[in-house]
Amino acid sequence: MLSVNFEIAKTHLLAKPRQTLIAMLGVTFGIGMYILMISFMQGFNEFLEDTLLSSTPDVRIYNDIKTDFSHSILDEISDTSKVLNVIHHPKPKDITPDIKNSSRIIADLKKDERVLAVSPTLATQVFYVSGPVQINGSLSGVNILEEAQLTGMYDKMKTGKIENLLTIDNGILMGHGLANKLNVSVGDLVTLATPKGTAMRFRVVGTFQFGIGSLDNVKCYVNLSKVQQLVGKDNQYVTDISMKLKDYDQATEMAAELSKRYGYKADDWKITNASAMVSILIRNVMTFVISFTLLVVAGFGIYNIMSMTIQNKLKDIAILKAEGFSSGDIRQIFLTESVTIGIFGALTGLLLGFIMSSGVYNLPFPKNDFISITHFPVVFHLKHYAFGMGFGIITTFIAGLMPSIKAGKIDPVAILRG
Amino acid sequence: MDIVLKANKLNKYFNEPEEFHVLKDVSFEVPRGQFVSIVGKSGCGKSTLLYLLSTMDTEYKGQVYVNDVLLTGKTQNELAKFRNEHIGFIFQFHFLLPEFSALKNVMLPAEKLGKYSKSECEDRAYEKLKWLDMEKFATKLSSKLSGGQQQRVAIARALVNDPTIIMGDEPTGNLDSTNTQIVFDILKDLSKSKHQTIIAVTHDNEFAANTDRIIEMKDGEIVKP
Repeated sequence: MLSVNFEIAKTHLLAKPRQTLIAMLGVTFGIGMYILMISFMQGFNEFLEDTLLSSTPDVRIYNDIKTDFSHSILDEISDTSKVLNVIHHPKPKDITPDIKNSSRIIADLKKDERVLAVSPTLATQVFYVSGPVQINGSLSGVNILEEAQLTGMYDKMKTGKIENLLTIDNGILMGHGLANKLNVSVGDLVTLATPKGTAMRFRVVGTFQFGIGSLDNVKCYVNLSKVQQLVGKDNQYVTDISMKLKDYDQATEMAAELSKRYGYKADDWKITNASAMVSILIRNVMTFVISFTLLVVAGFGIYNIMSMTIQNKLKDIAILKAEGFSSGDIRQIFLTESVTIGIFGALTGLLLGFIMSSGVYNLPFPKNDFISITHFPVVFHLKHYAFGMGFGIITTFIAGLMPSIKAGKIDPVAILRG
Repeated sequence: MDIVLKANKLNKYFNEPEEFHVLKDVSFEVPRGQFVSIVGKSGCGKSTLLYLLSTMDTEYKGQVYVNDVLLTGKTQNELAKFRNEHIGFIFQFHFLLPEFSALKNVMLPAEKLGKYSKSECEDRAYEKLKWLDMEKFATKLSSKLSGGQQQRVAIARALVNDPTIIMGDEPTGNLDSTNTQIVFDILKDLSKSKHQTIIAVTHDNEFAANTDRIIEMKDGEIVKP
């Protein structure tokens, strides 16, 4: 007899509209704040992830300097069961940090159907010389069109065009912050010196801004062959192979696979941006903890109100039992009341959350040279709303469960006899 | 004669605050259509006996049969279903649900029974109210009715499923003499014209004297059957 129990629950709820409304508002605010927080936090996380992803490749293969001195070559020619080889102050071997057979690896990667784009890079430390000042920075030699596919540089250009790098001999694309420091703009010449002493002059053909200070203040791009020339190496000499994947969530497993296949170190974007990933994780955890607390508080509110309601309705419960309603029916009646409060509270909460996050979305973001957004980053994901709804209903269900079970157990005789 | 209620050697103990033997080997039978009153001083166990017969109290020794069905040992859910169909209650303090209309109060046990459609339940409830001259109050909230009116609605509610037995716990205990007379006449009429079995616990000797049978109790035993 579902319908009778529902009818009783409905009558109870409507008989005290103010109390019902207050119980509902608890859930409404809980869910509303949850939606606001998760939309805003997630929006910020996604914005940050986008920024990071556009400036770092999904997977980067490079030749790491070996710093593992636990094993010596001496061990291989001596009987280690009798002899103990001790080497004081071992130093890394003088090796060229390039990737051998790079053209084969690149050709191989281009055939892999998970890979969207591959870009070989020759990275080196340089000094930017501007009059008497030398600024330390890094230089990447790339095939700029391939690199642009990886980083989405087209959108990040502040002045000039990336194609200019191909048309102008000795062109250089410079980070916006660095160009400001050097006080150069498109068309100006700048001298680059390597730690090994060689130097070359380049003409600025454009400036870019990723929105990350550690890149914009130190980094420049030139054609790959020019860097090979600058460091005095052959045209096969590259130190990094960067790639963009079709699905960036595959990066971790692919990095491990490539590292094993080619014998070089391969980092995925999560490792490269480990500290940023941690802060994203912490924000996520915080969002959930706060939202959870809000909902639990709302749950206690409902628990309180349901307990009070049942205390006030002891006589009614006894009379229903005398009429032939079972403990299960009584439980169902009060649980229905609690979950109904939950459903309506959650629905209005979703609406409130949507309105509040829309409000935040329309707030202008304080103008800033480093972060290129105009308003607060807020996302509107259906799954957040579904989760809020589900969580609201579950919380009220649990909050209503205990008082309802108690109501079901009430002994009618004790109450009817007074 | 057709026996509708049979109690066999009922024994009941209270454990709180101290062990107390409330009912001692109580046995009796009630034939169909009889109007029985149970009388006795406070604390003699008459209310306890009634609640035990009503199936709401299940902690006792002995057996209770209604319509030759053994009720002792059934689960709470089975008993709730049985009560719904076979036992109607009238209490001293009317005990209507205050948020519902008089009609709805009468309808609820019928809807719970699930035998009739909603409109049939409504018809039945209305018919009972009409029989008790309460039809003009059908749509009124039960909390807005006077004591005598509420008790008549409660009687209609007890009748709605055409129960085997109507049980009353001091059904007139909280009413003035006019209303007491009205309620008594209704009950008397029920037993005479509709052969409805009624068991009522009462303090009122005048009330008891006019019933078909008086069971007098003293110290947990029946002294006069």
